[in-house]
Amino acid sequence: MEKRKTQLKQLLIFCLCILFSWNFQLNTAEAFSGQVIQKGAIGDDVIELQSRLQYLGYFKGKVNGVFGWSTYWALRNFQSAFGMPIDGLAGGSTKAKLVQASKYNEQTVKRAINHGANPSNNAGNGTRRTAARQTNSNLKPTEANTPKGFSQNDIQLMANAVYGESRGEPFTGQVAVAAVIVNRLSSSNFPNSVSGVIFQPGAFTAVADGQIWLTPNEKAKKAVIDALNGWDPTGNALYYFNPETATSPWIWGRPQIKRIGKHIFCK
Amino acid sequence: MLRGILIVFLAIAATGVGYWGYQEHKEKNAILLNAENNYQRAFHDLSYQMDLLHDKIGTTLAMNSRQSLSPALTEVWRITSQAHGDVGQLPLTLLPFNKTEDFLANVGNFSYKTAIRDLDKKPLTKNEYESLRKLYTKSGDIQNELRKVQYLVLKNNLRWMDVELALASGKESTDNKIIDGFKTVEKTASGYDEKDLGPTFSNLQIKDENFKNVKGKKISENEAAAIAKKYMKFDGNSKLKVTENGKGSDYGFYSVSLKNKRSGEEGSMDITKKGGYPIWFINSREVTKENISLNEAGTKAAAFLSENGFKNMDMFESNQYDHIGVFNFVTAQNQIRIYPESLKIKVAMDNGNIIGFSAEDYLKSHHERKLPSPVLSKVDARKKVNPHLKIMEERLSVILNDLNQEVLCYELLGTLGEDTYRIFINAQTGIEEDVEKYKNAESVYQDVL
Repeated sequence: MEKRKTQLKQLLIFCLCILFSWNFQLNTAEAFSGQVIQKGAIGDDVIELQSRLQYLGYFKGKVNGVFGWSTYWALRNFQSAFGMPIDGLAGGSTKAKLVQASKYNEQTVKRAINHGANPSNNAGNGTRRTAARQTNSNLKPTEANTPKGFSQNDIQLMANAVYGESRGEPFTGQVAVAAVIVNRLSSSNFPNSVSGVIFQPGAFTAVADGQIWLTPNEKAKKAVIDALNGWDPTGNALYYFNPETATSPWIWGRPQIKRIGKHIFCK
Repeated sequence: MLRGILIVFLAIAATGVGYWGYQEHKEKNAILLNAENNYQRAFHDLSYQMDLLHDKIGTTLAMNSRQSLSPALTEVWRITSQAHGDVGQLPLTLLPFNKTEDFLANVGNFSYKTAIRDLDKKPLTKNEYESLRKLYTKSGDIQNELRKVQYLVLKNNLRWMDVELALASGKESTDNKIIDGFKTVEKTASGYDEKDLGPTFSNLQIKDENFKNVKGKKISENEAAAIAKKYMKFDGNSKLKVTENGKGSDYGFYSVSLKNKRSGEEGSMDITKKGGYPIWFINSREVTKENISLNEAGTKAAAFLSENGFKNMDMFESNQYDHIGVFNFVTAQNQIRIYPESLKIKVAMDNGNIIGFSAEDYLKSHHERKLPSPVLSKVDARKKVNPHLKIMEERLSVILNDLNQEVLCYELLGTLGEDTYRIFINAQTGIEEDVEKYKNAESVYQDVL
């Protein structure tokens, strides 16, 4: 009988625990979404994370919606100060602690971001609106991740070149053209800047006939980002040509590596 | 009457058209001249830099003390980089000019490496003097040839625009004095053997292009197809094409392209012939939604790796681009990160599928390593770092240094103001091998007016 009682007690505690944690979950869900926020992430949750860390004085940078290094260190400092495991991840318990300790007014912060100011989140009134998240979520982060060592303007310039050179090619073919530019950057036989490689006289037909100044689409830009992030479909090619239009006999003499779409890639 | 008006009208029209044509002609000539002048500047500057280079290498030969030698070698390095820049502005892309550029690059590498060395402790060796002497003769030859071309250009008013036209139309064999001159320069530059110049040169060349560390038996086309399907998770409905590598490749590989008509997915993949390892694949599918977090995507990437037999991988970078997560993994051998062995994975954040994979670096450098135990302690390493830096994280890792050698380092992550730095202190010698400043996220300028 006694044994049974303790079992019952345990069950009751267990149930309570579940109920409690469920309730707890509900609480956090009201502010952040359910995701574990990790370094490199972008979006609304990151804006909220940065704003809350800023409110508490850990984050001193600009609220921009990109989980970068300064956000990472701010979060770790927060975790260490509040006696939590320091992992630099904003998971369930960290988010709950943050919500508990800070205030966040989504609309004020976003209005400030929209007006290009660095929003200081002083949380006028502490009311949270989950509905506002839906209506406002078309707002893009004001800053973006870029592959190491390249600026957004570099990416744009490369996207222009890739689009002008190979807009009719499949995606892999476009990554390949971008990869040739990247391979040329690290070769001693070519200039060592993006602009130097692209505008080298005679290097690209799209530059010579002005097609480089067409407006590139998103696909070309994605191809460039893939190439800069380390995808090289060409097998380290430095040249490519279209066998139907190539006039130079010299280019035919280069060792050919492979063909992607209409282009033959060679060394 | 009517005839009179017509005549006057036509006369005015004719003068108008004539004037307009003349203006157009003038403008065209101005633009052509402008382009020509740009080429001329680059060309004459190039030959000037080669003059300087020859002289500077010559002076280093006569120098003995560190105080004068180091700055002179730095000067040589600067001049080679200028000359390299000039070459890049000339329309030589379709002309074989690699040997001359290799020569410039080699002189640059050699002078850089010797200039930064402590020449008091390690003076130039006999071999290095011999190398310098050879570079001196070679640069003299190249200088001479370039001067000849320069003389011809000035004497006959040769135009670079003609070179460009000749090259663009594929008629470089036609009698063009500049093209012929540059071909001679190239021949002169290729007359030297890099091996003559000692081991210092070969170090900086990119090593192992051939996946020599990859083991296993040669696979067939059918096996390659099966491997591609397995990695990219394409089902039986997909159309598939396997092609072999071209003759110019350094290593053997199969290219597999897949197309799934039902889902509209298209994929391409390269697989090594030896052992059937995946070099890279791309699944070009539009990702327009975001259902999972970057963190979950990272878990998927790690699961994909262990599923496919990549052991002890450590994620060290994660980035989100629109709705795609890009992850960077390295091998960790006893918690020591081996940075040369890196591989990248792209995860679609709508359904968590792996839509991209690149293991070229990993396959090229993956092998069993015997890592030395560090001579320096953690505390010693910390002392080597700039005292203003606040150190946040530290670990041991292996990187490739400036000389392309693998070195065991203490990797220290720290902050200075709002910036984050990564510093590598050699665990044997205490040398600061590399300091890297991490870039902060950059503003999106689309709304800038």
